[in-house]
Amino acid sequence: MTHASLLQRITDYAHRADPYPLYEELRKTPVLHEEEGGPYLVSSYWDIAGLLHDPRVSSDAANLAAAGADVLGGPDETGLPPSFIRLDPPEHDRLRRIANRPFGPPHSPRLLDSLRDDLAEIVSGLIDGFGDAREVDLVDQFAYPFPVTVICRLLGVPREDEPRFRAWVDPIVANLDPDTEAGEAERRRAAQEARTHLGMYLAGLAEQRQREPRDDMLSALVTSQGPDGPMSVMEVLSTAVLLLIAGHETTVNLITNGMLTLLRHPEVLRRLREDPDLVVRIVEELLRYEPPVQFVPQRTCIADIEVRGVTIPKGSRIWLVLAAGNRDPERFKDPDRFDPDREDIQHLGFGSGIHSCFGAPLARMETQIALTALARRLDNPRLLEDPPPYRRNAVLRGPRHLRVGFDGLRPERA
Amino acid sequence: MAGDDFLRWLRREGRIVIVGASLAGLRAAETLRAEGFAGSLTLIGDEPYEPYDRPPLSKAVLLGKASPHHTELPRRREIDATWRLGVAATGLDTAAKRVRLADGDEVAYDRLLIATGVRARPWPRESEARLDGVFVLRTRDDAVRFRRRLDSSPGRVFVIGAGFTGSEIASACRERGIAVTVAERADAPLVGALGGVIGAVAGELQREHGVDLRTGVMVTALEGDAAGRVRAAHLSDGTSVETDVVVVSLGATRNTEWLAGSGLGAGPRGIACDAGCRAFDFRGIVTDDIFVAGDVARSPHPLFGYQFLSLEHWGNAVTQAETAAHNMISASSERRPHIWVPAFWSAQFGVNIKSVGVPGMGEQIMITQGSRAERRFVAAYGYQGRVIAAVSFDNARWLEFYQRLIETAAPFPPDFATVDRRAEGRAPMPADFPDPSLPTHGPTVTLSGYSPADRRLVFTPSRH
Repeated sequence: MTHASLLQRITDYAHRADPYPLYEELRKTPVLHEEEGGPYLVSSYWDIAGLLHDPRVSSDAANLAAAGADVLGGPDETGLPPSFIRLDPPEHDRLRRIANRPFGPPHSPRLLDSLRDDLAEIVSGLIDGFGDAREVDLVDQFAYPFPVTVICRLLGVPREDEPRFRAWVDPIVANLDPDTEAGEAERRRAAQEARTHLGMYLAGLAEQRQREPRDDMLSALVTSQGPDGPMSVMEVLSTAVLLLIAGHETTVNLITNGMLTLLRHPEVLRRLREDPDLVVRIVEELLRYEPPVQFVPQRTCIADIEVRGVTIPKGSRIWLVLAAGNRDPERFKDPDRFDPDREDIQHLGFGSGIHSCFGAPLARMETQIALTALARRLDNPRLLEDPPPYRRNAVLRGPRHLRVGFDGLRPERA
Repeated sequence: MAGDDFLRWLRREGRIVIVGASLAGLRAAETLRAEGFAGSLTLIGDEPYEPYDRPPLSKAVLLGKASPHHTELPRRREIDATWRLGVAATGLDTAAKRVRLADGDEVAYDRLLIATGVRARPWPRESEARLDGVFVLRTRDDAVRFRRRLDSSPGRVFVIGAGFTGSEIASACRERGIAVTVAERADAPLVGALGGVIGAVAGELQREHGVDLRTGVMVTALEGDAAGRVRAAHLSDGTSVETDVVVVSLGATRNTEWLAGSGLGAGPRGIACDAGCRAFDFRGIVTDDIFVAGDVARSPHPLFGYQFLSLEHWGNAVTQAETAAHNMISASSERRPHIWVPAFWSAQFGVNIKSVGVPGMGEQIMITQGSRAERRFVAAYGYQGRVIAAVSFDNARWLEFYQRLIETAAPFPPDFATVDRRAEGRAPMPADFPDPSLPTHGPTVTLSGYSPADRRLVFTPSRH
């Protein structure tokens, strides 16, 4: 090959800081299929939205493996069944319903609201922890520890075990990156090993909770008595692995992308400081402008699907490039502008359809609280490095570090 | 005045009157202001309340989870209008461009929007309808009265008619632990709206939740005691049911009587209008200055053979009001058609039911995803070899896909695989709608022929 395919360039780490010009190029061919046996990339808003609601599109890991997914997994040898993100109905629906009982309406409508004060306290503790420093790494000192603390508390995982599970989470997340470079087999093996360890670790906690239930989701999952019955032990474990990882990996990026974007748009940051209610719109626009999940590379067609005159044959893999759809000029006026005042920010940041982000209400609340507090308390904040260094992952995209300088901390209550 | 000059004048200082101060009226008023209408705006409503939301009245309000006094519709913007609430419009003089009110007043307009909606069809025998304990449920006042009675723990509630509203009422009563009997003249609930296949599922759902469901029967009489309180309902199968509360849920009647003699193409099935929401007069000529929106309108729809559709749908009221308002103050080249795909939802017995398209046109039905036995499924309706509608039970997130099938006249039966296809979904079956010439209370979508001002309908003999 004389020049890299667009897909290769998108996954190439060299373009991580600013993939948006590539997405613009991608949208010129709204259904792009560059290589025999490779995935079909879909990049325009309406097509993605349509496919997210299309029952001819499967999320089942078995279908994906049958479609020759050499990049993402294949058969899992860990013994843990796939979590609901990798299943179709009715199994997906059943597991998600059970998982939702202790998390959201209709059975737990007040859970999130009851966490609000706790979350604010965690945030203010982390900012107080900056102490007399005039420079922080916002990722390591804030955007990472915050959602990790929250998901640990919610799920019932001891916070002090973070270094242990971190070592397992990293290879699992790395394996979600459809990096076209070599080393996949090794990466997959490492991920499966890590998943086994993480599962075993969580099995210990689940066993404790079975004996002595507490007020956390793990207890609720092992004791679930709803109309769908309980989850099997293995289902509890794969659900817990999913919630633990998805519960913080994406939020770290949303918060970091958020602060990075605000620091690049000081006028918006100033407005947020004066008008905390603006944060709702800011977070929605962020989910459009810098979505923490850039694309969904795990779907398979179980029938021929025609999109814009292109027939995607049954059995093909498709990638739904959410971040490209979010900047589709057919859908959003002036799409490359960060503009929280947009009348209509119906973004694809949380996906849509039955697999739309399970933790979306939590992620929204965490990011709203985090950005409001940072805007209020950091005096004269500024970026010390732009662009910042990025994490390797093309799917879960975000800065690895974000060095921010400031003149001091304002008191909690101004 | 040339057209452009008139429009400029209208937008600056014209008088727009909206008759009907509910969902459609309010959204139209907001759209007019949002699009720059700066003239005078008057909203006339026969109820004394500012616009409120009706769907909660048969759901959360009956469960005590919401107050009937606090279901006001959220306001999108200031509308700076003169409100004439608690006074009904009683007549329309299209030549003089004036609306007559019940209090003798008259209001002049340059452009008029009619959004008078529908009202609950009452129990036809007046003496029985007047018995204490006999209710209908449409307005906020109805809900206040009915809920008060539910709060006093009645021994049994008897629901006449198992359409959506009747079924939702039965569901709320069961959730509150109140004994319920439902009488339905068809063979199952929701048959008029969704057909017999889905009706059978709805019927099982009711019985599982402890409803005493009587199908294939009519209520022949309501019996009162010496004090004028209802005490029993008598059925056409010879049985009777003792009850202290009766809810009459026989569908809706369109509020068009006040237009008698106005010359508009208005009758029991609504007011005919073109796709741009302009009212037809009875000769079938479209008017320039009178627009229609919401439940009272019937307008042609290209997706459904240009038949005139009457839709008692919340979402239709909103989009049609927005379209009507836009067109009222726009030049003809700027006007938009109202081509909303019908969509409807209901919550009952713990299940979220949602439909798109016009199920009532369906000849066949196919369970494309999920299973009826699990009460979680999507079904597509077919009409002359294309997809015409779909309904979901606790599966609403797929419906956007089916809406596109409807919009693109995709072939029926669907010839592709889907996730969650079960054995029961391998082939279509008859949708099993009752003979449309028989009256039903249930459909929320009515196809009402082609003629814009179908005066014949005025002479349809009453069925009671």
